[in-house]
Amino acid sequence: MQSFNQTFSATEPEQDYNFGYLDEQTKRMIRRAILKGVALPGYQVAFGGREMPMPYGWGTGGIMLSASILGQDDVFKVIDQGADDTTNAVSIRQFFAKVCHLETTTETAKASVIQTRHRIPEQPLRNDQILVFQVPIPEPLRFIEPRETETKKMHSLGEYGSMQVKLYEDIVKYGYIATSYAYPVMVHGRYLMDPSPIPKFDNPKMHQSNALMLFGAGREKRIYCIPPYTDVASLDFEDHPFSIQQWQAPCSLCGSETSFLDEVLIDDQGQRMFVCSDTDYCQGQLAKNAAEEALHG
Amino acid sequence: MDNLAQALPAQFNDPAEAPLLRAEGLSKLYAPGKGFEPVNLNLFPGEVLAIVGESGSGKTTLLKTLSGRLEPQQGEVIYQGNSQMPAASLYQISEAARRQLMRADFGIVHQHPMDGLRPRISAGGNIGERLMEVGARNYADIRRQALNWLTAVEIGADRIDDLPITFSGGMQQRLQIARNLVTHPKLVFMDEPTGGLDVSVQARLLDLIRNLVTELNLAVVIVTHDLAVARLLAHRIMVMKQGQVVETGLTDRVLDDPQHAYTQLLVSSVLQQ
Repeated sequence: MQSFNQTFSATEPEQDYNFGYLDEQTKRMIRRAILKGVALPGYQVAFGGREMPMPYGWGTGGIMLSASILGQDDVFKVIDQGADDTTNAVSIRQFFAKVCHLETTTETAKASVIQTRHRIPEQPLRNDQILVFQVPIPEPLRFIEPRETETKKMHSLGEYGSMQVKLYEDIVKYGYIATSYAYPVMVHGRYLMDPSPIPKFDNPKMHQSNALMLFGAGREKRIYCIPPYTDVASLDFEDHPFSIQQWQAPCSLCGSETSFLDEVLIDDQGQRMFVCSDTDYCQGQLAKNAAEEALHG
Repeated sequence: MDNLAQALPAQFNDPAEAPLLRAEGLSKLYAPGKGFEPVNLNLFPGEVLAIVGESGSGKTTLLKTLSGRLEPQQGEVIYQGNSQMPAASLYQISEAARRQLMRADFGIVHQHPMDGLRPRISAGGNIGERLMEVGARNYADIRRQALNWLTAVEIGADRIDDLPITFSGGMQQRLQIARNLVTHPKLVFMDEPTGGLDVSVQARLLDLIRNLVTELNLAVVIVTHDLAVARLLAHRIMVMKQGQVVETGLTDRVLDDPQHAYTQLLVSSVLQQ
């Protein structure tokens, strides 16, 4: 008589992960949560988060979303702080290359699904692209109200006045609105939303965006979405309007004056340079500059 | 302090005598004798009503029910902000409308100030939050009003950016009062506002409350077990015992000529100087 294992291996000679690691029922459940999130822009939909083969805080929420929406024809890109070559980005990209056998890329224009941590690409997105965010704390009101029952009520009744207190405290302490990332936004005039820890520089890119934006929080098991062409407004005061970061000098590598710059220390004497945080954009600009130079000789 | 009264809407000076708050057959019992049995009361604009009684007599439960924070088992609470406004039965309107009304027209002063304050937000932010909740979006204006109110409750203007946890108990209580009054409520509910304060601080706080109440023509429901507080602030007194109202009347009448045995006991148990 054959043992169970022998029978099993005989019927399924090549054991492999399901496409996208998660089982089909889980993916369907997550897609339903996404659909609900798209129908209620900015609303946090609870979903049954699964254990992923990596710790919370490494982007499990985003990975579950990506796993649920990826198909065999998709081209996948991962960015971490704007870069394609940092640990988090490389390992997530490898993970999906392994469990989906799909094409990955570092080029924003080629990707159909982009999973991101901390940035929205500089290159404007198209309406056939999906941006997936990794979210640590989905609840923007947590700062002012620790009780989940109360924040739920505040969302359902649209009581968001207290959120201004965060900005008020900033001005008290620093003289201006010093919140520079995870800057709270109102989505389509209804739900207050934490845009995940992207710099406020990227907030205007969410307004009337061409691409669908999905936000996944793995530990807190929440999904929320911004459908394409949705109004997204950053909170502010009449006399302290919302503004984005600005830099004195252009990118030291590509010379871009419009992209988000990272400050990099380059020696022990405290010398520093400012370079684009979006590595793909920076390389694109460099290539363009080189082509122009070649053209004009 | 002087200009606070002038900043008030005109209807405050109108003595049109419709009750601001009406309770009809209101009752909430957790168990027999725990909570309060059917109560009727009328509260008029500018009137201060003290609810006195021993611990466990249902004072706080009654206050919570009157202020829209605890649903009664029977009866209703009807609020009419002014003669132009339709009367609203607090527990029949939607929760959104009730919370809106509570934000705009009610103030709630808790016994423990930190229950009504946000500990990690500066004093100015605590006052300003109320303004931002009702839609203020101008930083300079919010800050100016916060400063005015800090001064009005005798807290130094230089403490505006300090956290309330660094304040003394009396200051926290005054901050809580400022936070409640900044939106010009018509009706303020106070639960033992002088509890846990020493006598001299109590006296100053009472003075302050009395001045503000007169100046802003506030209607107040104040719960206390301290008859001295009631005598100083209240126009009318309601005495409660084991969930029942045993006596009501003008403050001086009740305290000088108590009719019910329990009230007599209460009055005679106050230390005489």
